[in-house]
This record gives sequence, C-alpha cells and structure tokens, in this order.
Amino acid sequence: MVIVLGIGLYMMIGSPNLVKKVIGLNMFQSAVFLFFIATAYVTDGHVPVVSGHGGADIRYASPLPQVIVLTAIVVGVAVTAVALALIIRIYNEYGTLDEASVQEVQRHDR
Amino acid sequence: MTAEWTLPLLIVVPLLGAAVALAAGRITDNGGYWVAAAVLTAEAVIAGRLIAAVYSGERIVYQVGGAALSRPEGLAIGIELLADTVSVFLLPLIVGVAGLLLPCAVRAEHRTTAFYSVYLLLTGGLMGVVLTHDIFNLFVFLEITGLATYALVASGRSKVSAVAALKYLMIGTVGASCYLIGVGYLYMVTGTLNMTDLAQVLAGDGFIQHALYTDPLVVTGFAFMATGLMVKAAIFPLHTWQPDAYETAPDDVSAYIAALVSTAGAYALARLMFTVFTPEFFAATPVAAEIVIGLAAISIVAGSLLAAMQHRVKRMLAYSSVAQFGMIVAAFGIAAHPAGGSTALTGGIIHLTGHGVLKAGLFLAASVIAARHGARTIQEYAGMGERFPIGAAGVALLGLALAGMPPSIGFVGKWYIAVGAVSSGLWPVAAVIVLSTVLTLLYIARLLEQVYVTSADIDTADSSGYPVQLAAVLGLAVLAVVLGFAGNVLYDLLAPFVSEVYAP
Repeated sequence: MVIVLGIGLYMMIGSPNLVKKVIGLNMFQSAVFLFFIATAYVTDGHVPVVSGHGGADIRYASPLPQVIVLTAIVVGVAVTAVALALIIRIYNEYGTLDEASVQEVQRHDR
Repeated sequence: MTAEWTLPLLIVVPLLGAAVALAAGRITDNGGYWVAAAVLTAEAVIAGRLIAAVYSGERIVYQVGGAALSRPEGLAIGIELLADTVSVFLLPLIVGVAGLLLPCAVRAEHRTTAFYSVYLLLTGGLMGVVLTHDIFNLFVFLEITGLATYALVASGRSKVSAVAALKYLMIGTVGASCYLIGVGYLYMVTGTLNMTDLAQVLAGDGFIQHALYTDPLVVTGFAFMATGLMVKAAIFPLHTWQPDAYETAPDDVSAYIAALVSTAGAYALARLMFTVFTPEFFAATPVAAEIVIGLAAISIVAGSLLAAMQHRVKRMLAYSSVAQFGMIVAAFGIAAHPAGGSTALTGGIIHLTGHGVLKAGLFLAASVIAARHGARTIQEYAGMGERFPIGAAGVALLGLALAGMPPSIGFVGKWYIAVGAVSSGLWPVAAVIVLSTVLTLLYIARLLEQVYVTSADIDTADSSGYPVQLAAVLGLAVLAVVLGFAGNVLYDLLAPFVSEVYAP
C-alpha cells in the first residue's frame, strides 16, 4: 500500500503531463482503498454473505470496510470524471497538456 | 411534535432540487434559477423550524434508515444525523449566504442551468457536512462539497479558472484521501464510525477497557484526519489552492465559496477535535494540540503578510482568508490544549460565522466595484470614496470589521479567542492573536488608504446601479455591526455545546 501510495504521489508531483497527474491521483486513492480492505481481513473468514438462516458458527470477513471502499471508489470515479473534463477544457484553451507550457502561457498573459 | 424530520430534509431537498433544476432548465430558459430560489426558500423554512427546536433545548438525533435499528454492544450500526447547538449555529450562515447570493450575479454568462444545479448540490453538501454525525459520512459530504466547488470555480469562461479548478481538485482530493486514511486508522482501533460512540470507545468504554488516547494508531489517525481537514480549511502550507481558486472563479461564486467551503472544513475540524477526540486526548498527547496551534499561528502571520503584498483585490482577500482561518484553527487548538481556554472555542465558532458574513460581503463589494468601474487591482481602487461612496462605505465597514474593530462580529470573535489564549497561558500564540489585528490592518488599511485618501483622476463609472448587489453588501455590513452587539447572546447560544465538551 505504501509503495502504491508513494508511486502515486511521485507521479502527481514529478510528471509534467496533466493526465499522468490524474493517473497518479487515482493510484494514491487506490492505495487508500487497499489499506481499508487489508484491515477487513479475518483469518479463515468467509465472504460476508449470510446463507440460509444464518446463526451457524462461521467467521465472516468484516463487511463495513468493504462498504466504505465501495463508496470511496464511487467518489474517486466522480473526482476523476471532473478532473478529466477540466483537462479537456484546458487542452481546448491552451492547446497543450504540459504543465510547464501552461504555466508559461499564464505568466505571459499576466 | 419533534423536529426530527427536518434533518434529512435539509440535506435531501437541495440534492433533489439539483436534479429538478436540470429538468426545469429544459422547459424554460430561466427554470434553473426559479427552482433554486424555491428550494432555498424551502430550506430556510425547514432550517428555521430546526433552529427553533434546538435552541429551545432539544438535541436532535436522526437515524438514517429508521429508528428501529438496534445497537448491538452499544454501538450504532447506521448513520446518524445530529443537530446540536453548534451545528445549528452554522445553518443560518449557509442558508443565508446561499439565498442571498442567488440573485446577486453581476455578470450572468456563467449562469447556465447546470450552474444552478451545482449551486444546489453545493448547498446540500454543506448541509450534510454540518449535520452529519458519522466520520465516513463526513468524508462523503466533504467530497460532494469539493466536487461542486471545483465545478463552480471552473464555471468561469476564462482559461485560468480551469487550471485553478484542476489545481484545487488535486490538492483537495489528496487532502480528502489523507482524511480517509485517518478514518481507516480510527475504525481499526475502535470498530465504529459514529462520533459519539468513537468518543466513548476512545475514553475506554468499549471493547477495550482502557483509554486509547496514547495508542499510536489513534494519534496517527488524528494526524491524518487533521491534515486532510486543514487542506480543506486552507491552513499554511496547505493553502496553495485557495488564492488561484478564489481569484479566478466568477465573482458571485467567489463570494459563495469564500464564505462557506473552508468554513465547512474548519467546522469539521472542530467536530473532530472536540466531539470525537475530546480534550482528554489532547491532555494525553499535548503535542498534537501544539502542532495544530503552531501551524495555525504561522498561517496567521504568513497569510497576512502575503495578503499585504498582493496587487489584485480578490487575491488579497483570498490570502486574508488563509490568515483568518489560521486564527480560527488556532482558537480550536488553544481550546483543546490542556492548558485550558474554553472561551477560545466559543470565539472560534463565532469568528467562523462572522468571517463567512464578512468575506461574502467583501467579495460581493469587489464584484460590484469591478463591474461598475472595472477596478480589480488596488491601484485602480484609488479615489473610490468619491466615485462610489456607498460601495466604498460597504468595503470600509466590512474591512474594519474583519480587522476586529468594535462593535462588529469580527471583534466579538477575536475578543473571545484572545481571552481564551491569554487565560491559557500560551504566550506565543496569544501574542500572535493580539498582533493579528495589526497584521489584518496591514492589508485592509492599504486598501482603505487607496479608497479614501488617494484621489482619482478619471471617473469611469458605468451607468447601471447594481441595486440588488449593493443592497446585499450594505445588508451584510449592517448585519456584521448588529451582530457585534449580540456577543452575549451568541456566547449563550454556544454554551451548552462548550459545557458538554468540557464535562468531566
């Protein structure tokens, strides 16, 4: 999880291309989701779906972190969608996706 | 009849209204505007009912999904919404600013149907942040608020607003992910996400029969959550998104987000520090409070100095927000610190609301002056006192209120914070807070000097009077002064929450 988080963070900072920054952001968020799923692990745990009438002495993996991750994935998808829409608009306005060129144009416009 | 039904409605009505606004926009050209107006009026009525109920002594908890959910082992299963004296304190600000700024557009090109839909989404998200009682639900509503804000910032047709919105998006999402990591740590230790239950389990009332305040997981959880919320509240050095976003957004959007979005972040930080990690946590780990206070104090100084260096008025106001939120978070830190200073908590919350009122007014005034005279830099504000006396009066009143001149709401907030700081004996922070008035005056006085002392050589007014916007600015300025006389009332309104926080 730490490796993925580190790679994501480095991509966001180090990569000049705006789309790669968004990919880095996604990797950062995926690392957080991995962290949550890892906490839900129970040794010899079953999928948390109760079959039959329940009540049997079965260990289930904790379902709440899984629900949290599902919600967070949806939030992440929405954020990525907005980010990509903004990138399309930046491309139409500036004609480039390179962060340094965008900053150069902004400095020139000022 | 209890007012429980108001809680979910306050959140759901704007969210549904956003969808209805999109549909209405297909039917008539201005449908989005009227739907938004209707929804915000309904919100005001429902909020009024809730405020009346809470301030007559009730503390309302609403279980999403029905009250029939049991509580195995004493912990809540579902998501709860809570209306207590402090969450309801912020409701008039949210509903008021949202309703006031709806008719206040100076330029209307960005006001498409989608704009009104996102405007209502933002209102719904803010309501959710203020009313929720579950830390993961808080994350979801913070993200809803954030997404709506990114879209609103980008609604300006200029090139720079898209880049500013993307920058805000990336920094804001990293902050929210940090907050989520913190939630993960807390959940691992306590097994619950409900704020009251978290406080209980952390105190040693749950599965684990001793206090968890020095547990490394808990401390790390706090560190991550606080970092994430400080990104939202724009504390130095996590503030870099704020100047670009406030400056490049359309003028009425700047007023809305400056008044409310970081306010929600700071409110969430207060909830975290006082309801979840009670002052007992900071008594066990005082270094946490000290780091929060330290960063906030640096924010006050850095924000004010950076604001004094700006040429463009909206950018100056954005850095001013950094400084003001530094003061608010410093107040929360002082109140949490074991050295005492509970007055600072009241002061922080009062200043949070006061700052919202003042910044909304200042950004609105800046928008009117920019529209009427084309003045966006401080140089161009020269002689505004003669050219536009009413607008200049509004700017002066609001600016002086921001600096903490009595009688104004800015003074009330600062007074309680300063009393708390001095009574806690944390001398460096108390000095910074007392000096913050001078620091604020650094940039406010610079502006006022241009407005009133420097004379203008040309007069470039356009003929339209912008009566609605001007009335709104003057209304907010008068409100700031009137609230300044209500300091005692505000203190008493918040007293139940403060005594609950510090109850042994």
